[in-house]
Amino acid sequence: MSTIVLLLITGLGLGALYFLVASGLSLIYGLMGVLNFAHGSFLTISAFLGWEVGRRVSDGTWWGLAISAIVGIAVGAIVAALTEYLLIRRLYERHIEQALVTVGLSLATVALFEGIWGTDPIYTARPEWLTQTTEILGAKIPNDRFLLIACAVIVLGGIVLFLKRTRYGLIIRAGVENRQMVTALGIDVRRSFTLVFAIGGAAAGLGGVLASVYYGYVSAHLGSVLLIFAFIVTVIGGLGSLTGAAVASVLVAVLQQFANYYLGGTGDLVVVVALAAVLLIRPRGLMGKIA
Amino acid sequence: MTRNKTLWLAVGGVLLVVLLAVLPLLAIEIPGVLPGPTYTPGTLQLIAYAMLIAALALSYRMMFGLAGLLSFGHALFFAAGAYGLGMTLDAFGPAEWPSELIFLGSIVVTLAAGFVLAATVGALALRVTGISFAMVTLAFAQAGSVLIRRNPGGATGGDEGLALDIEHVPGALVGVLNTRNLYWVALGVLVFVYLVVLWVEQSRAGHVAAATRENELRVRVLGLRPYNVKLLIFIVASVLAAVAGMGYLLLQSGAAPRVATADFTLTLLVIVVLGGVGYRWGAIVGGIVYTLLDQRLTALAGSEFIAGLPAVLRVPLSEPLFILGTLFILVVLFLPGGIAGIPQRIRSGRASHPAESEEVADA
Amino acid sequence: MSEPASEPILVVDALSGRIAGQQVIEDIAFEVPATGVTALLGRNGVGKTSTIKSILGLIERTGDVRLAGERIDALPTHRIVQRGVGYVPEDREVFGQLTVAENLRLAERDAAPRRELVERLFPDLVARRAQRAGTLSGGQQQMVSLARALVNENRLLLVDEPTKGLAPRIVDEVAVALAEAAQTVPILLVEQNLRVVRRLAERVVVLSGGRVVFTGTAVEFLDDEELIHRHLGVHDASEAA
Repeated sequence: MSTIVLLLITGLGLGALYFLVASGLSLIYGLMGVLNFAHGSFLTISAFLGWEVGRRVSDGTWWGLAISAIVGIAVGAIVAALTEYLLIRRLYERHIEQALVTVGLSLATVALFEGIWGTDPIYTARPEWLTQTTEILGAKIPNDRFLLIACAVIVLGGIVLFLKRTRYGLIIRAGVENRQMVTALGIDVRRSFTLVFAIGGAAAGLGGVLASVYYGYVSAHLGSVLLIFAFIVTVIGGLGSLTGAAVASVLVAVLQQFANYYLGGTGDLVVVVALAAVLLIRPRGLMGKIA
Repeated sequence: MTRNKTLWLAVGGVLLVVLLAVLPLLAIEIPGVLPGPTYTPGTLQLIAYAMLIAALALSYRMMFGLAGLLSFGHALFFAAGAYGLGMTLDAFGPAEWPSELIFLGSIVVTLAAGFVLAATVGALALRVTGISFAMVTLAFAQAGSVLIRRNPGGATGGDEGLALDIEHVPGALVGVLNTRNLYWVALGVLVFVYLVVLWVEQSRAGHVAAATRENELRVRVLGLRPYNVKLLIFIVASVLAAVAGMGYLLLQSGAAPRVATADFTLTLLVIVVLGGVGYRWGAIVGGIVYTLLDQRLTALAGSEFIAGLPAVLRVPLSEPLFILGTLFILVVLFLPGGIAGIPQRIRSGRASHPAESEEVADA
Repeated sequence: MSEPASEPILVVDALSGRIAGQQVIEDIAFEVPATGVTALLGRNGVGKTSTIKSILGLIERTGDVRLAGERIDALPTHRIVQRGVGYVPEDREVFGQLTVAENLRLAERDAAPRRELVERLFPDLVARRAQRAGTLSGGQQQMVSLARALVNENRLLLVDEPTKGLAPRIVDEVAVALAEAAQTVPILLVEQNLRVVRRLAERVVVLSGGRVVFTGTAVEFLDDEELIHRHLGVHDASEAA
């Protein structure tokens, strides 16, 4: 029983990380048709800069972590918005080229991060509470899982509120469904592109700081690893669906944890099998619009 | 007119192959591009590697450029060729059969395995189109990459890579002194892949595939099954990738897990786009330019000139992938036809987009 | 034949449109007077919808299109619409995941949107404000689509097959709404149902093979069975109803 609880909560924590990456991917793809390979780099740069600033202010404390998170969110949003504005926008409606540019950006930036921070992981200090465990139903749960879950829930709630309550949110929801019709109502939909990139980048930025808490280190490849799972999550959840991304994040991460424990560390493979199964039974994903 | 042109191209191609074939017997030096004279093993090794990458890029271009299939999993089949051959050779181990038979048998087994893998992955992935297809192929390749790194039963060597068991490999293909022979094998692989790609492109299936890329609906209306044609192209391209992979195993006397990663496929994509998606020889030019550039940039990164620069310049310039990635972005933004498209652009004075296809994107 | 007195609101000249590189209309030229309904007619697939989409810049186009004298053929779609062009697309294209209210709110461009007008014309929608547009019937979706255009003060409406696939009673309702709208704003109407055309339109523009083959008053065209048969392929105007 305690093992199951541990696996479940750890899965939820990992799922929270996946969601922070996948939510942006899914929104960006849904609205603009852009598959953003640079999303992992948004995460990595935020993790590095968040860590650099946080440790200088106050290393290994809550205050330092909060600074890291704020810096991470800001960096993610700014870098993502710049990417959209400087690179993606120039290739308006040419989806393949847009994806290619993000591929180039991801290759170049990962190499740059390696050049600046080296190829080895850099271990980070955390507030003491996060290194301890809490007992739930006999299971000793590492406390950082709770932080991840709480942050992801807040982000999910925030994005949902934004989408439901603001005019830009309305435009984005309508644009995911039928972008052309939005322009035919006299709305410059491109303005919301930058915004969606910024939101996705901010979520990924927070994800970067939290990933460094979860793994205990920052590295140039932090984003690349998470990005692949986020891709899988996005497809399983249905491209363009935020709720789909949230549900699939949890399903994939929990499945992964259980397979790793009970099926001899085959978590990654099981996830791929799950992806194949979803595609066979329901090619548009759990909650996606018709592909 | 066009017949004449085709003839000239064929003659030029044959001459080029002949020139490449006699390269190991010559002492050509190109400072800054090649590390040494063309007869030295180091240079031959580099050119042979570039040719194998070019062959792999050709097979990738057939899928992406011809059929419009944007796969992020092509590395899987290259790795299947390399690891498949290596593992089969290992598995045959101490058999009583003659080595030649085991060697050839292993090649046949690897090809068959590559075919089955390609047919399975292709049949599944082609159920979806566009970006979803790209992600599914990515996921399969990722699974392959994970398997290789996990080293099940000690078969793949994990992170260390797989060393070639030379027991059953013909002596002529083993050792630094025989690099020349391996070079010829690589050239053979490139020519073989080129001819197969040419044949497929000019076959009925190739025309249907190209038509499908432009307008799938119209192909359906004509009563053709785009799925079957796409699957065929996928399988042929994947098996060709496996052939290149086998060449790579022999040339490098082993296989590194890097060749199974998504990054390796992304590199292929960079090569094909860099060379020019719309052109067959674009993939070859791209493959060779990229490999040489990568090698030279790595050499440059370690040079004293770079070490003397201030950090702002030193750090980016000492990362070959940073330079290549940036170059790639610039090509996509400003040179849509790639390197092979430059003559066309100069002639017509405008951007040409042979492989631009909304069908791929608008899934 | 009565010529409209004032300047036409829309002048289209040498308009060609392409979809995925394929020419779908060629060298189209016609005018829409500043008042009343002008019907754009033609057989299926003749390029009526493509003409509307070309005017709006929803497909790749070349040519000379003027709205009240101003060139709009190089403007992006949203700028054209912002100049006072309302659009009711073929197949309604409501946002199915959004509620009725959200669909309307999204469409509001003016500082003082004409909500009362919309509520008076389509009382059905008031009760269904919170309902997802995707769950509405075809007729109700058409109301939403019309309402999105009528909620703003426009200088021209482009209405594409508003009665397609609707029950006769709903067709009437749509026609009433359009007739009322036509009191204040000129309309370019694509319509297959010739009874509706007869009821609403003063002038017709007929397309065939991607070109304009007839321009004139509605009466002149609809009373000439020969013309109708030649250009629309129906024998009797009532048959198409």
